[in-house]
Amino acid sequence: MPDENKKPGLLRRFLDTPPDSVGKTVFVAVTLCLVASMIVSAVAVSLRPVQEINKLKDKQINILQVAGLYSPDTDVTEAFKVFEPHVLEIETGEFTEQFDASTFDDRAAADDPELSVELTDDPASIGRQAKFVTVYLLRNEDGSLDKVILPLHGYGLWSTLYGFIAVEENANDIFGLQFYSHAETPGLGAEVDNPRWKSLWRGKKLYDENDVLQITVAKTAPPAGQEFHVDALAGATLTSNGVDNLVRFWMGKAGYAPFLESVKAGEI
Amino acid sequence: MAQTPKELILDPMVDNNPITLQVLGICSALAVTSSLQVAFVMALAVTAVTAFASMFISMIRNQIPGSIRIIVQMVIIASLVIVVDQVLKAYAFEISKTLSVFVGLIITNCIVMGRAEAFAMKNPPVASFIDGIGNGLGYGLILMLVGVIRELFGSGSLFGVTILETVNNGGWYVPNGLLLLPPSAFFVIGLLIWAFRAWKPEQVEERDYKIQVVEEH
Repeated sequence: MPDENKKPGLLRRFLDTPPDSVGKTVFVAVTLCLVASMIVSAVAVSLRPVQEINKLKDKQINILQVAGLYSPDTDVTEAFKVFEPHVLEIETGEFTEQFDASTFDDRAAADDPELSVELTDDPASIGRQAKFVTVYLLRNEDGSLDKVILPLHGYGLWSTLYGFIAVEENANDIFGLQFYSHAETPGLGAEVDNPRWKSLWRGKKLYDENDVLQITVAKTAPPAGQEFHVDALAGATLTSNGVDNLVRFWMGKAGYAPFLESVKAGEI
Repeated sequence: MAQTPKELILDPMVDNNPITLQVLGICSALAVTSSLQVAFVMALAVTAVTAFASMFISMIRNQIPGSIRIIVQMVIIASLVIVVDQVLKAYAFEISKTLSVFVGLIITNCIVMGRAEAFAMKNPPVASFIDGIGNGLGYGLILMLVGVIRELFGSGSLFGVTILETVNNGGWYVPNGLLLLPPSAFFVIGLLIWAFRAWKPEQVEERDYKIQVVEEH
């Protein structure tokens, strides 16, 4: 039995205070916010490393897929070691050692005024274009170049599509195209993810013999011929136009043309 | 009117279902039901958040000042939702990419607030926890029903496993594209509510007006 004369403890007095007094209202609000914010930050900080690994792995899986090296039981980290990442200066088409290719963040660079340029001629509707991007090289066992994996992005109907294109060592034949992030209409524009449509890209050519960019996504084949034509998605004209624009932009003069030039010359 | 734990779980399934009877939580039911896997994870997330939010709110219910009680409930719910979002990003990355903003929007799901305000503020923690699970599962049940219809007829598969081979993949089934878009869930949920109320006529709300009869026939 508690001593009748003893002053009640601090906790008891607190619990007995009517909840609607001003002091208690402030106290409850402050304590609750402190406790909640501590729990939230503890969870966020402790799960950060796992989340970073997931993001990296997701990107690596996409690069492996576009290079045709992925199956569900692949050990991603191990398989990814075959790629040689480089930071490319888009304008000159040359690799730069200014940045560490394994940590360079392409998307952050596109937002950084120091590292990007505002586009005036902007068919892919990307606003700002980074001056530097990370590209990935895949080499044969004898050290000669097999494929280059180039990131590209541009606006479709509802969203910006982010993806990779894999180009063969002759800098002209497409091996694959894959988008890893977009929000196009399910069942229509989102069919850019359909394996059957993606397989249409294999073996198509970017440039004709006069080095003019000819590749196009359209309903009917262009005069240049079938080997430059990827059939547009049925019911998704605007997404198809978006893909057409973004591929032609990134493969053109403002994109990777200078780099592909040096790939073709066998300098890489 | 004390309810047994069994009643607390089963009551929200059919008799007091948060979606079909109370018509709460409709927006997220539209957004995440185009594939079953996503609907399943969303149902689990909402169940977890409702159960724990109800339990924590019930634990401090006698200390919550009436003037700021909604804000207190929101802070607890919001913190739990962030925790769930972070856990999904760490351990179910693919699904969290598809769910994107809708995990964050559990905060605004009326079912969570509704149970906190209607049940947890007046009942002990364990009962509140069970009530939260029951309502989360009731919500999940409808989500799964809608998901089955939308995924089967919209993309010809269930849980990503092809059932009806679609034309795009060289099969025979022409998928109904409307079912992949949010408005279709309105129709499906509407039909479900109709079915529920045809089965249990006591769920039909009374009209709050009557058409005036001028002349008897």
